[in-house]
Parts: sequence; C-alpha cells; structure tokens
Amino acid sequence: MFLKDYFSDVYHATKSLLTGMKLTGYYFTHPKEIITEEYPDNRKTLVMAERFRGEVVMPHDANNEHTCTGCSSCEIACPNGSIKIISKFNITPEGKKKKAIDQHIYRLDMCTMCGLCVEACPTDAIKMANTFEHSVFDRNNLIKRLNKPGSKIREGVEE
Amino acid sequence: MLSLEGISNFIHEWLNGHLNATLALLAEFVIIGVAAIGLFAVLGLGLVWMERKVAALMQIRMGPNRIGPKGIFQTSADTVKLIMKEALTPENADKILFNMAPFVVIIVAMLILVPIAFARNFQIWDINIGVLYVTSVSSLSVIGILMAGWSSGNKYSLLGAMRSGAQIVSYELSAGLSVLSIIVLTGSLKISDIVASQEDGWWIFKGHIPAIIAFVIFIIAATAETNRAPFDLAEAESELTAGFHTEYGGMKFALFFLSEYINIFIVCAIGATLFLGGWMPFHIGHWAAFNHIMDYIPSSFWFFGKTIFLIFLIMWFRWTFPRLRVDQLLNLEWKYLFPISMFNLLLMTLVAIMGWHF
Repeated sequence: MFLKDYFSDVYHATKSLLTGMKLTGYYFTHPKEIITEEYPDNRKTLVMAERFRGEVVMPHDANNEHTCTGCSSCEIACPNGSIKIISKFNITPEGKKKKAIDQHIYRLDMCTMCGLCVEACPTDAIKMANTFEHSVFDRNNLIKRLNKPGSKIREGVEE
Repeated sequence: MLSLEGISNFIHEWLNGHLNATLALLAEFVIIGVAAIGLFAVLGLGLVWMERKVAALMQIRMGPNRIGPKGIFQTSADTVKLIMKEALTPENADKILFNMAPFVVIIVAMLILVPIAFARNFQIWDINIGVLYVTSVSSLSVIGILMAGWSSGNKYSLLGAMRSGAQIVSYELSAGLSVLSIIVLTGSLKISDIVASQEDGWWIFKGHIPAIIAFVIFIIAATAETNRAPFDLAEAESELTAGFHTEYGGMKFALFFLSEYINIFIVCAIGATLFLGGWMPFHIGHWAAFNHIMDYIPSSFWFFGKTIFLIFLIMWFRWTFPRLRVDQLLNLEWKYLFPISMFNLLLMTLVAIMGWHF
C-alpha cells in the first residue's frame, strides 16, 4: 500500500538520522573521547604503538654482537633498493675464507617502510623500530650503516 | 535597568535634544548602519569559530586551539589574512557582475536584518508585513549566487549556481508553508505581534503536533536555503570545487563566506521568533510567579540564546548527515516536505479554527 510505505519511509529516515545525531551529540558532550595527540606538547609522554614502522634497525647485544650473516636476503627483498650489503671475507683459524657482513647500508631517505626486509631475514637480525623523528639538515645523514663499527656475528647463529 | 531598549531610547533622546529632527534621524541611520556592520563582523567571527569547534568535537578532534584561549582569535587571524590577499578578477569573467555579486549577497543579508526583534522594543523597523518581507527579500540572495556563478565564466561555477537556484526556489515553498502555519495561529505578519502572541507560551508548545512538524520542516528548509551541508550542492566541495565562488579570492570570497553565516543567523532568528517566542522569556500559561522569575533574564539573552541553540542544531545536522544528490534533494522537497507541509497547514488551520491550541 502506497501510503503505508510512504510513512514507513519517513519514519525510518527520521529514525536513522536521529541515531546519527545521537552519536555525534555524544561525542560533542564528551570531550574525553577526543583522539587527537597534541604532538610537540606531549612529546615526553607520547606512546607509539609497537607495530608502528618508523625505520629499520639492527639490534646489538651488550657484547656488540648482532645476528646478521650477510646473506643479502634483505637486499633482494627490498622493492626499491634501499639496502646495500657490503660483504667481507674473514680468514678462519683453519685457513678457510668465510663470508661475513662488512657494512649494512640502509638508505632511510628511500625506504617506504614496507617491512619486507624484516620478513625476509632468516636470522631476525633486523627489525622495524617505532621511532619517527627523522628530520636532519643534511640528507646524507639519512644513509645509515646499521651494523655498529667493530661488531661481529654472535656465536652459534650460523650453525 | 540596562537593556538594549534603554540604550536605544537614551541615544534617541540625546540626539533629538542636541540636533534638529532631520539630522537626528540621519545620525540614527548612520548608527544603525554601523551597528549592523558591527553585528555582522562579530557574528562572522563568532559563528565561524563556533562551527569549527562544534565540527571538531563531533569528529573527536580538538579544533582551533593555538591563537588565544580555546583558539577564539583564530577567525580574526584568518580575516586579517583574507584582507591582505589579492582579490583577483579572472580575465574572461564578466567583470561588473563578478565584482557586484558578493555585495548583492551581503546587502540582501543585511536587508533581512531589518524587521528582526533583537530584544523587547528593540527592532530596526517594525513593519506590519515583517514575515512576508523576510521571505521575499531572502529569495533575492539567489540572484547574487546566480550572478557569481554566471559571471565567473567557469562551468563548475555555473553548475553550482544553477543547482543553488533549483534548491532555493524549491525549498522556499516548504519554508513558506511552515511559516504560514504559525501565521495562521497569530493572525498577523507583524513581528512584534507574533512575539506578543507567545506571552503565555511559545508556539512550538502551544500549537500541538502541527507546530512541531512545521518547526522540523522549517529547520530542514532553512538548512537547504542557506546552502549548508547536507544540502551544500551549490558549493559541493567534492565535485564542483567550490561551486559558485570558485573564482573568488581575498575579501570577495570572505563576503560570500560571511553572508553564509549571516544567513544562518537570520533564518535561525526567524525560526526562534516564530516557534520559540523571539525575545519572549519562557512563560507557562498563567503561572504568574514563574513567569515573573523568567522575566529577570534580559530579553536579549533569550533571543540570542534561542537563536544560537537553533544555529547549533543546524551545525549538528551539518556534521552528522551525509550529503544528498541533486535528485535526492529535489525528491525530498517535492515528494516529502512539500506535501507534508501542505497537509500540516490544513491541520493547523483546523486547530486554529476549532481553538484547540492553548
């Protein structure tokens, strides 16, 4: 019946509009719901989410040891060539040449924070940190060397 | 007691005591003009700030909070910026119409201010066709919008202006009919008579359900007539960039922006006068003691309080509802609001004839 549909349309439209107004009215009267972070003001108390991808870092332990084998999986996985692995050959006590990491070059200025390098790493040597204040005055400072000078691979990782 | 009525009487007597009658009248014209422009400036700054704050809170944001406490000087800073910007006229625009359009819009907004009663006995001109005057003059603002859209020489502006024309012409019908249903009750078009008839209660309470339906329709139609979201098809930021004022910049843009807020204020003032009693304090029937207590709050507070409440309601709509398409917009008017308001007017006439209202 036409009239019945007409009035039920009006009724349902009004009802759904009022439902929307109820929600925005709730937000208006409850300022504690505000989700804005006042960033430079709350810098001291700011908590970033753990999953936030800010930059690639290589964790080192207290003995200045990492778990990077220099396998170049991250370099291959990187979609835009932000990672460059420079290898070196160590001479083991038995006299054999052994491949190891010399420099893990990471270009933060090119990185898109996709996280594919972290997924590709077989030994969990690199991870995404949740830092985000990356501004520098010279863009050369964005080209980073991830393994610290004098660091070496932890014993037992390569077995 | 210090009231707007007292101040205006004092100025009137002082001028007549020091000047002859003609000069005093001219001086009063100037004072009224300056006061109207001052009110416009304050309203523009205040309402834009209010809109931004309301929008921010409804969207769980902070809103302006840097310049001044709670950001109240943000809009003043924006105005200074707009004054310093170049007001560009496009090469291929119709220059006379292009430069005239913002002034037409703002002058129309200024003209509607004439019969509005701001407080007890405080009104620029209490003409006996006040409501008719307001409805007829407010329809002139579409000419300014059409001028702006046509003279810009830009297809988006023209589309926006045409949409605005269709929209304002359609929604004026239901706005007019809902205004009429209150006129049926008061039997007078004079603003002071309409306010006086609400001495024992506002029409929205006295007029039963027809008055409430008329109020709802009036608010919807008023939102549409001021070209605000969810009916902002004339501006349509998403598909027409800014519709009729795409080509405007600097102060000429600011005049359009200002006139939008002035128009909101005016339609809300009219709504407050018709449905919520204008400057009349909240009175209930014959409760003399209660009414007397309510009279202690100055009438200008009542007027501005009710108007700002209605403005808040319209802002609430804007920041809650999704926008309509053109066909949905015209459907809403011609298939829903217009028939319902016609039927409502009939019902209201019945209520008035049978004396069912209080």
